Amino acid sequence: MFDTTLTWNDLAFLAQGAAMTLAVTAVSVTAGTVLGIIFGVLRVQLGAVWAAPLTFVLDVFRSVPLLIQLVLGNAIQAIAKLGWAPFTTSCVVLSLYTAAYCSEIIRGGIEAVPATTRRAARSLGMTWWQDMRYIVAPLATRVSLPAWIGLTLGVMKDSALVLWLGLIELLRASQILVTRLQEPLFILLICGVIYFVISFPIARFGGYLEKRWSPND
Amino acid sequence: MIEIKDVRKSFSTLEVLKGINLTVNKGEVVTIIGGSGSGKSTLLTCINGLEPINAGQITIDGTVVHAKDTDLNKLRRKVGIVFQQWNAFPHLTVLENVMLAPRKVLGLSKEKAEEIAVKQLTHVGLREKLTVYPNRMSGGQQQRMAIARALAMSPEYMLFDEVTSALDPMLVGEVLDTLKMLAEEGMTMICVTHEMAFARDVSDRVAFFHHGVMAEIGTPDQLFGAPQHPDTQAFLASVR
Repeated sequence: MFDTTLTWNDLAFLAQGAAMTLAVTAVSVTAGTVLGIIFGVLRVQLGAVWAAPLTFVLDVFRSVPLLIQLVLGNAIQAIAKLGWAPFTTSCVVLSLYTAAYCSEIIRGGIEAVPATTRRAARSLGMTWWQDMRYIVAPLATRVSLPAWIGLTLGVMKDSALVLWLGLIELLRASQILVTRLQEPLFILLICGVIYFVISFPIARFGGYLEKRWSPND
Repeated sequence: MIEIKDVRKSFSTLEVLKGINLTVNKGEVVTIIGGSGSGKSTLLTCINGLEPINAGQITIDGTVVHAKDTDLNKLRRKVGIVFQQWNAFPHLTVLENVMLAPRKVLGLSKEKAEEIAVKQLTHVGLREKLTVYPNRMSGGQQQRMAIARALAMSPEYMLFDEVTSALDPMLVGEVLDTLKMLAEEGMTMICVTHEMAFARDVSDRVAFFHHGVMAEIGTPDQLFGAPQHPDTQAFLASVR
């Protein structure tokens, strides 16, 4: 196992793949979270009945396997002659997928803020927006954070599926090396370690925030 | 002056207020007593527009509360309310809880808001608790904080909705003392309460609500000493 033919160049190749994984994840989680917050707030404000069409669409994104969404998304952009690069298509599909889950997390967070607390805020003359900004947002964030960290880590690993659109992210880069060097265990081990190194700080950062907020709750 | 004229309010098919008439003058302390479900608390939430009404009219210093063009956020600055559940903002310290609305709603500077908050918190005896988070305090302390939070907006009227009902019996006294202090300072107050001794002590007038109707209203001596309405008599006999 230790007389490997893996070179520094190959490691650099893996690092490039990891950079792609990070890029796709960063764009998708950012856009997906922004959309998820908008959809989540909309669903709470509209109520179950009026939000039903939106909820249905989001349920579709949560139910259909991501691989199918990516392939269909790519086909649709081709048919519509949008001319998107695989990176763009991947980010759009992953963002919507993230937004569908995120809206559920946000909705739960907002609904966890007691109606009486919000009523107290409004009774002090705060507007709907001030109540959302200064009372609901901080409290809902505390409730939503663990689930959101889980979602982020999940999306980072799920982003491996964009290799089907031809993007060379971390997993695809590893596969290429495995095919060439025929050292699957060693290379996949390195690949796994890189995934862990990316995930660990995110998980710990979430833990840190939870700990920092906990004495107040 | 708060004028309540023939106010009716229903929750779906249940009519909880069946035509209430009541006028509260500046500087007056009116307490409302009555059994649960008599509509007392609902009336308070209607007065500052937290609940819509089905008929009638509530006017505060000439402003019709439920008129379409009434700026409720502005109106609520002069009508403070404190609830049975004290509803602290758990992510903010005691000082921040009280400073928030003066800063964001009144647009005061941080220094000015802090000055007001410290003054009000000192007033209710929480000077030592400024940097503490609400959940580290007793229910009575949190309720006094909620009172300071409402007072920090310099309201002209205060509504108190069973503010001692959720407290341990041993903590009720400190909150009632705070209310008494406010009454003595001349604050115009409407208090919904189950504390009969308190109602007798501080009120200019006491109203008895029964099944959504104001069955009787009078001075404490009249209402407690010689209640006229049979329902008032029955209620007072049951709580004694």
